[in-house]
Amino acid sequence: MKIETRTVGDVKVLDCSGKITLGEGTMVVRNTVRDILQNGGKKIILNLGDVSYIDSSGIGELVSTFTTVINQGGQLKLLNLTKKIHELLQITKLLTVFQVFDNENAAIASFS
Amino acid sequence: MNMTASKIEVCIGSALEYLDLVQIITDCITGFMGFDEDSAQWVGMSVRESVTNAIQHGNRLDQSKKVDILYEVTADHLGILVRDQGKGFRVDDLPNPLDPENLLKPSGRGIFYIRSFMDRVEFKTNEQGGMEVHMLKRVPSN
Repeated sequence: MKIETRTVGDVKVLDCSGKITLGEGTMVVRNTVRDILQNGGKKIILNLGDVSYIDSSGIGELVSTFTTVINQGGQLKLLNLTKKIHELLQITKLLTVFQVFDNENAAIASFS
Repeated sequence: MNMTASKIEVCIGSALEYLDLVQIITDCITGFMGFDEDSAQWVGMSVRESVTNAIQHGNRLDQSKKVDILYEVTADHLGILVRDQGKGFRVDDLPNPLDPENLLKPSGRGIFYIRSFMDRVEFKTNEQGGMEVHMLKRVPSN
């Protein structure tokens, strides 16, 4: 699991790649978002286009990260869901929770 | 596929490091049986979730306890049994992850996913008290 963080205006775009699974993968997401929040970042996009594998713990981590960001007055949006992640979110009704985009510019514009 | 039934048994220690190994074995079996990519992916995830539960919640990461994974390969289906040496649990007591009050909980979706993706799932407590998850996935007809 690897995350590259880009800054576009006041939006942090986290390009995630590899596996988000129990243990290391979930910790990487959690720690990266925590650091952004601690440094005052409030607008976060998780780009999941290059995530090769996710398990229920990974889905749980997305939920947990979402609530952490919201509770600190921020916003978190998802970008470029893979077919698998889309299905996992859909059948657990989580697509009703997350704002999801397949276009980065649209995701960034949605914050304003 | 024209073949006689085969059984493949895997026994691992209670360490999450084995999950990737089990995943590779499952992927090899579903590939051998001719599952399409999507079905193979969901079978792989279901086995991974079951084994994760067995290691983490069943055996509570106790290295002295084992997890058995038994694959039954037949011409028309793949049967999988995941067995731990824990104390078991009542699956009916698990909260429904789709209930509004559970929607934002970080855990509790693994068994829901297993039930969604496999054709048949049964949970049993074995004679020693551990949990057995019996799963079946039919080979998609061509």
